[in-house]
Amino acid sequence: MNYSVVGEAADTSILNKSNLIKSADSWRIGTFAIALVALLPVLAILWLAVFPTENIWPHLISTSLPRYLQNTILLMLGVGVSVFLTGVSTAYFVSHYEFPLRKYFEWLLLLPLAFPAYVIAYMYTDLLEFAGPIQHSVRELFGWQLASDYWFPNVRSMGGAIMLMGLVLYPYVYLMARASFIEQSSYLSDVSRLMGRNQFKTFMFVSLPIARPAIAIGVALALMETLNDFGTVDFFSIHTLTAGLYDVWLNMGNLGGAAQIASVMLFFVIILLALEFAGRRRSRFYQSATRYMRKQRISLQGKYKWLAFIICAAPVLFGFVVPLAMLLNYAIRYFEQSWNPGFRSYTFNSIFVSVCAALICISLAVMVCYARRLHKDTMTGIAARIASLGYAMPGAVLAVGVVIPLASFDNAVDSFFRQHFGFSSGLLLTGTTFALIMTYTIRFMAISIGSVESSMSKISESVDMAARTLGHPTFRTLRLFHLPLLKGGILTAALIVFVDCMKELPATLLLRPFNFDTLATHVYQFASDEMIGQSALGSLVIVLSGLLPIILLSRTISDTQQLDLDNFPDK
Amino acid sequence: MSAPLKVDRISCRYENESAVNHASFEMASGDLACLLGPSGCGKTTVLRAIAGFQPLIQGAIYLDGRCISSTSTVVAPEHRNMGMVFQDHALFPHMTVGRNVSAGLFRHSAADARRIVGEMLERVRLGDKINKYPHELSGGQQQRVALARALAPSPGLLLMDEPFSNLDVDLRERLGQEVRELLKDIGTTCVLVTHDQQDAFTFSDKVGVMRDGHIEQWDQPYNLYHEPASVFVANFVGDGVFLDGTIASSSEVKTELGLHSGDLVTDLPVGTQVDLLVRPDDVIHDDNSSQSAKILKRSFRGESYLYTLLLPSGGKVLSLVPSHHDHAIGEDLGIRMEIDHLIVYPKDGPTCPLD
Repeated sequence: MNYSVVGEAADTSILNKSNLIKSADSWRIGTFAIALVALLPVLAILWLAVFPTENIWPHLISTSLPRYLQNTILLMLGVGVSVFLTGVSTAYFVSHYEFPLRKYFEWLLLLPLAFPAYVIAYMYTDLLEFAGPIQHSVRELFGWQLASDYWFPNVRSMGGAIMLMGLVLYPYVYLMARASFIEQSSYLSDVSRLMGRNQFKTFMFVSLPIARPAIAIGVALALMETLNDFGTVDFFSIHTLTAGLYDVWLNMGNLGGAAQIASVMLFFVIILLALEFAGRRRSRFYQSATRYMRKQRISLQGKYKWLAFIICAAPVLFGFVVPLAMLLNYAIRYFEQSWNPGFRSYTFNSIFVSVCAALICISLAVMVCYARRLHKDTMTGIAARIASLGYAMPGAVLAVGVVIPLASFDNAVDSFFRQHFGFSSGLLLTGTTFALIMTYTIRFMAISIGSVESSMSKISESVDMAARTLGHPTFRTLRLFHLPLLKGGILTAALIVFVDCMKELPATLLLRPFNFDTLATHVYQFASDEMIGQSALGSLVIVLSGLLPIILLSRTISDTQQLDLDNFPDK
Repeated sequence: MSAPLKVDRISCRYENESAVNHASFEMASGDLACLLGPSGCGKTTVLRAIAGFQPLIQGAIYLDGRCISSTSTVVAPEHRNMGMVFQDHALFPHMTVGRNVSAGLFRHSAADARRIVGEMLERVRLGDKINKYPHELSGGQQQRVALARALAPSPGLLLMDEPFSNLDVDLRERLGQEVRELLKDIGTTCVLVTHDQQDAFTFSDKVGVMRDGHIEQWDQPYNLYHEPASVFVANFVGDGVFLDGTIASSSEVKTELGLHSGDLVTDLPVGTQVDLLVRPDDVIHDDNSSQSAKILKRSFRGESYLYTLLLPSGGKVLSLVPSHHDHAIGEDLGIRMEIDHLIVYPKDGPTCPLD
């Protein structure tokens, strides 16, 4: 077609030469670039796993890999069962029944989420080990002297790891299950009761199956965190895949071997992602209640009332109150020793890298979400999905994946400089906070994309069209008519990303520059040296900052009956 | 500033679904036109294409003789000088009424912008609301602000997407009239999209009835009702039924209810079996008539009853009767036929327009 433009022909800037150029505008190109960067670690891992410089597959398979696999599977199974039981039972009671303090439990039950698993592991080990206060009092009480005089469960074991991780990860399941129970129209359970099923059977046959997709999402998210954990399994000397990856990389210096273990972990990631996606797809059908009837909560009486109370109080007590009390106690007792220039510099480092990552995450998220809004085609959609897949990847796996391409870049630049200028450029990217911030960004991008997407979806598309027809180009439309309305979502996203970066341990340990410590690595270092007291102040700062998004989340819980699942932290 | 519009055989598709198929129409400067059709017929897509949000896979769109969209050239929406009004009003919630209306006036000086905002708000009778926020206004007021905002930059063309659908029945008709008068006064060319024929008839000079992505008939509202160009238009616009008939002469059609004479526009030869469109207002209640039919159903419409009548042959017709003629179901009702426009379609033929 050769339609030419009459009239303002001089203003050629208003014309795009073809649809092809139009469809490849900068928003879209940016989104594809972000997706590519997010995909790079996976590709790098697969590349190095298939073509390693030094093949340790046979060695791995014949020695440690079966043990790593067995421990990982056992840990994930255990944590899965634990978070399922705790999360579903607490959600069931707070959404179906009335009992003492129920209203407070709705948000109190979220608090353990503020504790990174490794911090709670340090606290409970200290509390329950031979020299700890509990065993000490037991010995006092019965007059025992030696460990061989009595039996006491060992915290630093698989069972201990399962219990402790379950204690801080169940809120994922609780949140999803509670939302699903609340969204279910009471007509559904009414029908079941009318057909003669009692309350418990109705729960088993109606409420639970309907909530199953939502629960699956919660369990998948909790297990992603389990797979991600390094602090706890390292402290408890449980050889999971993550622990093995560290061993191979840091102790043996074999990056190829680390990539091979990482590729095995990717397999778990795919299973968990599939579980989560299946849940999300199905929950769309399951919760399309057209006529919603709010449930009347049943007042529990007598011993049932206290049973419900205990079931909800226990996770809060052991997952939050006890460890927080211990932390506070230690932090105060060791304050003089802990509050020193070193500590202040770790805090500054933590805040610096976390703020950088949060700012980058939200900027990229706004770009991706707006590109998605301008271009409804499948390719842009897929790119946006890929850009937000990092949350499922364990930090250690991402770290390996990020280091491989960055290191080859560094090496290429270095050899170029040596050849042509006769000096070494050193480690430009791998040895700096760049690698760290890049990894954080990839890992936590999903949070910012989810939050910005949900805020943006509340702006009617006709607002965009109105702005455009009034003469505002895309960027100005975004700046004048979207950003002011997205402020809330952007702040929430920035806060959650910030806190997650503050807590992040596995990738930070692997990627931090020489002599660079964050609060998390500082806590890890001291705890590994059995100096729990000195590490408490750092842990306390991490936990307190972790409380911020939870307070935000609990506000949405109490303000509205329905939970805004997109503002779910860590997702 | 107002400009003529030409939509020339455009086609659009979403992913792999065709949404608009060879749609064409033309409007003179200052015309008010409407695209009418059921949901999913492609009318909003045509509007989006005119605004520049929807790429074309065929055809072209010209504003004021200048090509603004073709398969090879697309002028960005922000450079088209068009105004747009939406069903959900789409006011910027974080801006006052005054700032909303001035949103498109960024090329004007501050003083000019202030003057235009004042004038526009006076025109839509909201001069006192300039410092209010959108959520403080009623639905009708919000829609008038949206209109003022769209008209403030003196657009060459105004596009309205179901602008009255969110308003209650009483208000929508009044606002429809008001908007029509305002646009006529300013002389703005306007395309409105709606699924509601009442909106279309109140507002427009010309109506295009759309179906499956193309325009079945582009005509004045009166002609759409009385001379529908296709069975689809006849069915979609107004009530009515088809009676079996035969063409008797160049101005007569014979059915079981007798010989009907009137304006007959058709190329079909005498003797052809046809379907004759019978509107409820073509069937007049007359107790003195020799013809009668049995009342099968009736629905009360306030000022009138719409009776469904069973003819001896088993065919049915509708009759609109003032509601003081209160007859029970099963009674026989005396009827007389008065059909001015004889609309016929060849029997069992394709439901194609007469052209």
